[in-house]
Amino acid sequence: MSTESPSKKSTAKAVEPEYLEFEDGAVIDGVHYHRHDVVIVGAGGAGMRAAIEAGPKANTAVITKLYPTRSHTGAAQGGMAAALANVEEDNWEWHTFDTVKGGDYLVDQDAAEILAKEAIDAIYDLENMGLPFNRTPEGKIDQRRFGGHTRDHGKAPVRRACYAADRTGHMILQTLFQNCVKLGVNFFNEYYALDIVMTKVKGKDRPSAVVAYELATGEIHVFQAKSIIFATGGFGKIYKTTSNAHTLTGDGVGIIWRKGLPLEDMEFFQFHPTGLAGLGILLTEGARGEGAILRNASGERFMERYAPTIKDLAPRDIISRCMVQEVAEGRGAGPLKDYVLLDCTHLGAEVLETKLPDITEFARTYLGVDPVVEPVPVMPTAHYAMGGIPTNIKAEVLSDNDTVVPGLYAAGECACVSVHGSNRLGTNSLLDINVFGKRAGNYAVEYAKTAEFVPVPVNAASFVQGLVEELRDSNGTERIGALRKELQEQMDLNAQVFRTDESLAKVTETIHTLRGRYKNVSIQDKGRRFNTDLLEAIELGFLLDLAEVVVYSARNRQESRGGHQRDDYPTRDDAHYMKHTMAYLTGDPHSADASDHISLDWKPVVITNYQPMERKY
Amino acid sequence: MSDVAVARDSSSAMPEASIEPFTVTLIIRRFDPEVDAEPHWQDFDVKMYATDRVLDALHQVKWEQDGTLSFRRSCAHGVCGSDAMRINGRNRLACKTLIKDLDITKPIYIEAIKGLPLEKDLIVDMEPFFESYRAIQPFLIASDKPEKERIQSVAQRAVFDDTTKCILCAACTSSCPVFWTDGQYFGPAAIVNAHRFIFDSRDEGSQVRLDILNDKEGVWRCRTTFNCTEACPRGIEVTKAISDVKAAILRGNPGLPPSDLTLTPVSA
Repeated sequence: MSTESPSKKSTAKAVEPEYLEFEDGAVIDGVHYHRHDVVIVGAGGAGMRAAIEAGPKANTAVITKLYPTRSHTGAAQGGMAAALANVEEDNWEWHTFDTVKGGDYLVDQDAAEILAKEAIDAIYDLENMGLPFNRTPEGKIDQRRFGGHTRDHGKAPVRRACYAADRTGHMILQTLFQNCVKLGVNFFNEYYALDIVMTKVKGKDRPSAVVAYELATGEIHVFQAKSIIFATGGFGKIYKTTSNAHTLTGDGVGIIWRKGLPLEDMEFFQFHPTGLAGLGILLTEGARGEGAILRNASGERFMERYAPTIKDLAPRDIISRCMVQEVAEGRGAGPLKDYVLLDCTHLGAEVLETKLPDITEFARTYLGVDPVVEPVPVMPTAHYAMGGIPTNIKAEVLSDNDTVVPGLYAAGECACVSVHGSNRLGTNSLLDINVFGKRAGNYAVEYAKTAEFVPVPVNAASFVQGLVEELRDSNGTERIGALRKELQEQMDLNAQVFRTDESLAKVTETIHTLRGRYKNVSIQDKGRRFNTDLLEAIELGFLLDLAEVVVYSARNRQESRGGHQRDDYPTRDDAHYMKHTMAYLTGDPHSADASDHISLDWKPVVITNYQPMERKY
Repeated sequence: MSDVAVARDSSSAMPEASIEPFTVTLIIRRFDPEVDAEPHWQDFDVKMYATDRVLDALHQVKWEQDGTLSFRRSCAHGVCGSDAMRINGRNRLACKTLIKDLDITKPIYIEAIKGLPLEKDLIVDMEPFFESYRAIQPFLIASDKPEKERIQSVAQRAVFDDTTKCILCAACTSSCPVFWTDGQYFGPAAIVNAHRFIFDSRDEGSQVRLDILNDKEGVWRCRTTFNCTEACPRGIEVTKAISDVKAAILRGNPGLPPSDLTLTPVSA
């Protein structure tokens, strides 16, 4: 600490910020300080896959909002794609093409090629780590069909998804956690990352630390690191009907956004076709991979009309639109004609019990419907954010179209590489977290080997301290639950499978109003210990920010592509929109007109082998 | 369970097809060490549909009545293992227990799982639980470095299928009377996770784990009360898994059958 006189000190502060010197584990003014070469934020699939690489090679810490095994990777069901060709002819080039076409040509093709190529080793890595895949009669990893994955560029469905019953995500999460235990990975469980500290070095903003809130005690921790990896998952809770966990509130993506760093392709949100009607709980596409059929009220297999070649195995964006259209045109099933039916009855009890046991149980438990004997009511459910924190193929975060933020990485759903373009294929997300989680871990270690720690300013924790104190002391009249409910309902009504300028304008207005009401919230829990009331308030702040970016980006894209369907612009427009959206926070989020605080830019799509074609299945 | 009027209506598939919501009384065991000397019970009335989950009822309390009520939850459909709690005296996941499955003519009693240190309301310290889990070396131990996947037959894979389903929710361990009285006992969940590897044909560490579980705090503390099997929200036959491990210890090895593969893998 400086011993200069107060007056001299304040003069010096104006030109040069003061930095903190501390030992790892120090507590200064009530704030805990830690120092690690690599800090990973998030302990789902991507975070733990990164930790398995980084843990043994560098001093690594994982900060996680949940106990690692609670992460939503564990809810993934159907499989992880890799062209192993264990059961029929396949190769990674076909997989690359399917990924590009599935993403309606907005995929960066260099990244898709890496995804498909490295998929094969990613699967063998997991098997070698112990993952109990289902097996073929020869004892090899078994594979099943999945939407949009085809033989020879669309000729027929191909068996590419490696799986463990309908609990593939559970097995991946458990296997990665088991290996983290084996390697002695250092977890900080139930620590909520709420800020990243940027320090000016030679005129440039450099990440120096992550600031986290410890749920058990309410204390603040600053984690200085050379490399920081964001693996914080998605933000499906901007919607009401969603397959996402309550905790998927986009904190990591929101942290990056608030720093003025860009978010890419946020308008593209995937609605999974088969959510349990009214509830949104996921029923795997693997059911259709095993032969289940979607039917309307009259029992018609309606996908034959829309995708004559691969029918019920068309990609998710297409099937979700067809389902909504069937219902809109009066062919929905049920007393209110507001859902369609997933018919598994012809698969037989044995296939359901052995290959699809969990979804069979979900239908029985939550709807009281037994899929063995009756079709299951389903409707689309908000499932996956294709957009997120832009990265290059080394998982390095970008501060514009091509400038790397040194030492900052992102992987998994929070990131946008972009391997999913405007619509992700089923099984490619479990793949994404493994391939790019591993890459993030390795490149983060490589960087940390030669990099110096970026100094941490003395006021590193002040933003989070302010945020926490202000909310904890709040005594307004609004309830967090009510605001969140309104946001989610309005997003479902206006920014779901079909969108128009009018609907998007409406929800923009809602978000602005809610942001105003959010200033007047009341937190009832004033305590320090396990204050989940406070955290839900902070999470709602992130949800409001991200919903606005989704909607603003969606309004600006006046075409229909992949997961973004505009009724007022129903066709794809390559001439104007064959490019990624890049959104930046540039002003006060409370300003009434979103254009006063969000600015949009474009980023070219990387095309290597595949020129955009009409997308037919 | 008594057969209440609402439960009979549950043949209808859709939540909106259920009859009108009705009032349910929750009696929740509250404890905030910052203000309370002792835990105490508190009543809340909530409006529920028959098809709602107990988790929905807890959310209604937290979001509309009392924001200080604290509990863990995440996925809300029984796969993440966050919300194990004691509901009417039985360990269950709040997100997998539907109101219609309970006797709603009476109040629903909800408290934290037992045997682990109570932190606040329905939240316990999970660290002792994970400590036991880590102690049994819950990871594949194998010395070979195959180029592709290891070969494992369908039958070999099936031997340990049941115990791969564990979500580490602690419903089993915290339902075990032996664990309540002896916190040193590994508990059912740790044994389930040891089972998952002991009976995996690819694993070479069985002997180590069998030795660990032959300890005085190991499998022999199990009194086969079957509480764990009843508590498991994943339907794992926990008591049977423990018996399998006991038998393997007595035998001195897992006793796995030889590979039943008759075909030579093409690429091996």
